[in-house]
Amino acid sequence: MIRFLAARAGQSLAVLLVMSFAIYGLIGLMPGDPVDLMISADPRMTPADAARLKALYGLDRPLAARYWAWLQAALKGEFGYSRLFAKPALAALGPAIVSTAVLVGTSFALALAVALPAGVWIARRPGGRADRAVNLLCFAGISVPPFWLAILLILLFAVTWGVLPAGGVPAGPGAGIADYARHMALPVLTLVLLQAGGYLRFMRAAMIEALRQDYVRTAEAKGLGPGRVLLRHALPNALIPVVTVVALGFGGLFSGALITETMFAWPGMGKLIFDSIMGNDFNLALAALLFATLLTLLGNLLADLAYAWLDPRIVFRELRP
Amino acid sequence: MRRVWQRLARDRLAAASALVLAAVAAVALLAPALAAFLGVDPNAVDLLERLAPPSGRHWLGTDEIGRDVLLRLVLGGQVSLFVGLAAALAAAVIGTAVGLLAGYRGGRLDDLLMRLTDGVIALPLLPLLIVMAALDLSKLGLPPETAGSPAASLWRIVAIIALVGWTTVARLVRGATLSVRTQDFVAAAVGQGTPPWRVMLVHILPNVASPIVVATTLSVGNVILLESVLSFLGLGIQPPVPSWGNMLTNAQELVTTAPLLAVWPGLLIFATVIACNLLGDALQDALDPTAKG
Repeated sequence: MIRFLAARAGQSLAVLLVMSFAIYGLIGLMPGDPVDLMISADPRMTPADAARLKALYGLDRPLAARYWAWLQAALKGEFGYSRLFAKPALAALGPAIVSTAVLVGTSFALALAVALPAGVWIARRPGGRADRAVNLLCFAGISVPPFWLAILLILLFAVTWGVLPAGGVPAGPGAGIADYARHMALPVLTLVLLQAGGYLRFMRAAMIEALRQDYVRTAEAKGLGPGRVLLRHALPNALIPVVTVVALGFGGLFSGALITETMFAWPGMGKLIFDSIMGNDFNLALAALLFATLLTLLGNLLADLAYAWLDPRIVFRELRP
Repeated sequence: MRRVWQRLARDRLAAASALVLAAVAAVALLAPALAAFLGVDPNAVDLLERLAPPSGRHWLGTDEIGRDVLLRLVLGGQVSLFVGLAAALAAAVIGTAVGLLAGYRGGRLDDLLMRLTDGVIALPLLPLLIVMAALDLSKLGLPPETAGSPAASLWRIVAIIALVGWTTVARLVRGATLSVRTQDFVAAAVGQGTPPWRVMLVHILPNVASPIVVATTLSVGNVILLESVLSFLGLGIQPPVPSWGNMLTNAQELVTTAPLLAVWPGLLIFATVIACNLLGDALQDALDPTAKG
């Protein structure tokens, strides 16, 4: 168990390291560099000044050398200064992580609260009329372009009916919980509509599979009621793959809400990543992208652990790390 | 094969999806004829006729700078379908190659390729696509005029989506290859001295085709969705070339004045993507040898 964990954690760290280099290299290929930005801000700068500044900041050195210097600083927790927020990158990242955690956590919990019971319920009669209707709704949720869904919801709730704010977060110290919740309603609704369909289909498939097993027939043959068979015998086994899929998806949620956050001006991780990339805020973009990668990797690790922990047939020694 | 068609034809949802896709494809192919028939230029700006209501000349009205909405929707469909098919096919080719090699060769190569696949799956997809779509191609050594051309923005989208989209096919093909590899006809081919590449392509590939078909159909929908997101953010297909995504870029500001401008492109993306997904799902059921009927 410990060995498996250590091996997987080591692997994740290796992926993170490779990714840090890849992202560092990619960011270097973005249009413009910090000195170009200074030139555009200050017309009195001459090309000689620019060259001197590039040498000063080490921008004329080869990629590997620049990366090495960045990595050494990053390992000490120094990710540089954010251009957009005018404070250290990590200090800009902190509040965004909290905002996203609130938004994503709420919608994640709501989506599961809708999808899992509905998936169990619908699995009792696969192919029935209710099943086909729900299936179509699930596909609608999976197939809708997220930004368009956001526009439609804004059109309905904020423009036509005028009952909810179209975006942003309440400013000032006077804003209470209720106001915060009102601003959160539309982005949460968007995320729930986008996610619930996928989870529902997973739950349904796992449940149908579980209901086919011999032990379910045995339980039925013993004369157990349908509710007991469903909830005590089939459900626990059906939950194993679902937990894995949900854990796998959780890490990605933090950056996956990028579109929703951008559309509703919610100051979270996704909007921060988008704004920092578009605003040439290289230090912040690097830190945020690496943090997003770290979260995804943690989600994967969690999924592996949950899988092995929940399914007694899996022995850790047999798992290839 | 005939059973597959029969099963598909009996699935009304699948038939409807196929019809929708065929209609979108037909209209997209007929775009030049439609332009000639209506006598409008899709890129012609007419500031005197901004946000015009539907008329005999502009069947769906005009957009915020007076361009014909219908024609731009049709041309946008061309772009979206092309990107969807091209990127999904490219991803399928990469994924099939990786999956076949990993599953057939096994051992260290398998370990390496599957760890690579896991690594790609673990990446935060959307932020990474945004970074790659925003790259300055001239810094990679492309001449500026090529790097900024409409063709470059089209192929760049295809390339970056294919680059991250091959993992599902790779995993499915590897799994199927592992089970096909142990069968007698493969052993017979190997025993006759057939070279490994021939065993993979002639003997194994046809037997692992159904998961490839299903995964590719599903990924066409996904690609169209991703392309629309990137184009919407201003990073995909560059105006004036229309795409369903970039037609919505300004829609958020216009939502109070011209809500229909925001409705049409999104509705077309939605219809096309859901048709791909439903068709893929139906194909999966129809190709499943364990299913009844």
